[in-house]
Amino acid sequence: MPRVVRYLAWRLLQAVPIVAGIAVFNFMLLQLAPGDAADVLAGEAGGATPEYIAELKARFGLDQPVPVQLGKYLWNVARLDLGFSFRHNMPVVDLILSRLPATLLLMGAAIVLAFSLGVLLGVTAARHVNRPLDTVISVGALLAYATPIFWIGLMMILLFSVQLGWLPSSGMRTIGVDLTGFAYALDVARHLVLPATALSLFFMALYTRLMRASMLEVYSLDYVTTARAKGLTERRVAFKHVLRNALLPMVTMLGLQIGSMLGGSVLVETVFGWPGLGRLAFEAVFQRDNNLLLGVLLLSSVLVVIINVIIDLTYARLDPRIDVG
Amino acid sequence: MKEFLRRFARNKAAIGGVVILLVVIAMALLAPALYPDSPWDMVAEPFLAPGADRAHPLGSDMMGRDLTAGIFHGARVSLVIGIVATLVALALGVTIGAIAGYYGGWIDNVLMRVTELFQTIPAFIFAIVLVSIFQPSVTSIVLAIGTVSWPPVARLTRSEFLSLRSREFVQACITIGMGDLRIIVRHVLPNALAPIIVTGSLMVATAILTEAGLAFLGLGDPNVMSWGTIIGAGREVLRTAAYVTAIPGIAILLTVLALNLVGEGLNDALNPKLKNR
Repeated sequence: MPRVVRYLAWRLLQAVPIVAGIAVFNFMLLQLAPGDAADVLAGEAGGATPEYIAELKARFGLDQPVPVQLGKYLWNVARLDLGFSFRHNMPVVDLILSRLPATLLLMGAAIVLAFSLGVLLGVTAARHVNRPLDTVISVGALLAYATPIFWIGLMMILLFSVQLGWLPSSGMRTIGVDLTGFAYALDVARHLVLPATALSLFFMALYTRLMRASMLEVYSLDYVTTARAKGLTERRVAFKHVLRNALLPMVTMLGLQIGSMLGGSVLVETVFGWPGLGRLAFEAVFQRDNNLLLGVLLLSSVLVVIINVIIDLTYARLDPRIDVG
Repeated sequence: MKEFLRRFARNKAAIGGVVILLVVIAMALLAPALYPDSPWDMVAEPFLAPGADRAHPLGSDMMGRDLTAGIFHGARVSLVIGIVATLVALALGVTIGAIAGYYGGWIDNVLMRVTELFQTIPAFIFAIVLVSIFQPSVTSIVLAIGTVSWPPVARLTRSEFLSLRSREFVQACITIGMGDLRIIVRHVLPNALAPIIVTGSLMVATAILTEAGLAFLGLGDPNVMSWGTIIGAGREVLRTAAYVTAIPGIAILLTVLALNLVGEGLNDALNPKLKNR
């Protein structure tokens, strides 16, 4: 078996207890929540007889002892059955999977934007350390780092949609127009610009600051002095010798920030009406759909685990000293 | 201490942060005196633009509520929730990290697995779930933010404890038969405190952002006026009265910025060697 495949299998096996732990945790939260599914349904119907509630509880297995319920819940999770959303009249898994691509697109665009611009700005700041350009970049990063993601989203709508009318403020595609192929992709891309930028700003600031610090640290190493002594140009030293080593902490940070980005996408998707996982979570809160809400929590945690495995593979590719075997 | 203050005072950005923070604290303290009535009361005509009426310098929202009163009372909510939630996270994180780092072995292993579990769950979504299941209130928001933000503190405390526990002064304490609790609290913890304080001050900033985000989504305590709540409501009139959204956002930005500047100032002053990183 190729080593990468073996590594992947090993990592995914390691993830099993984590996912199981989160599932147990989810179950505890459901138990703690005031009122169960039967109560909610009965309340919806505008009151129900005790017999009807008892019947509902029996149908959902809510009358059984807690350990039995937990066992059933875990068995269901293992089979990817996260329950049924009565609001959407759909299994929770199907609902989440239908919203997942939009969130992945949004997050992917935000990561690429934040990472590439963050690296670029960080390198520029480090090459001009303590000079005006560094100050401008550092102050900008400091401000972006303190800006609430949902607020900057609203301000961007105000500027680019309301005032300038350049970009659409909401949704993922133009309603009522049937586009295909390239025109469709372009339409989605136009809708993507504002939410992806809003989501990426905070992370761009984070990467800029980290990249600057990381570059400065590598600059102080002996091998950089050697490179300079060889008579290499500053540009070559920066991009050929320092950048690659300075990138490593950034990749680690990327893995740590995936969860935080998923959280940010709840806010961004709510602001821009982006039809993804985050908006689904928001809707679940207001429809008091606990099954759905906990399903989103579980699957977003699984997503964090999966993306981190991918990032570890990238890491091994960037740094030959790190072996996946 | 004197040396520390001198180093901190040399950092202009950190002093700027302290000044902004003092203004926000003053606003929070003066809110009940200056605006004794509920910030939810209708006191002016709706959509009064900022600067149009001297009695309400920041204008009023669509319900005729005074935005200045909202900003002052919101400062109270943000600071209280930010600080108390951080204290909860610090209490949880330091306890778990100290036990894991001091005892090591299987205890460490189990506690670190739990920490990893909590770090995997996306923090903000977790906070949404907790607040929405336990109903939004100041208490549930504080506990939710505390619950989702302790893992980094636990990791930090653990690594400090791991390196300190093999040091001679700790071994000396063990040799003279001192109890574990006393060693941990009186001897190891004070030596690990500096990085924990820095992390804590930065965590207040994150907690304030989290609270604002929750309130924006409608998961704020319905009895208190939070900056996030004002933005959430102002969003409906973004096209006609953008100032209702803009003003509380600037308040959040400045407060979070100030806390970050202070946190970095503390960091530089406590670890002078790491300056300029």
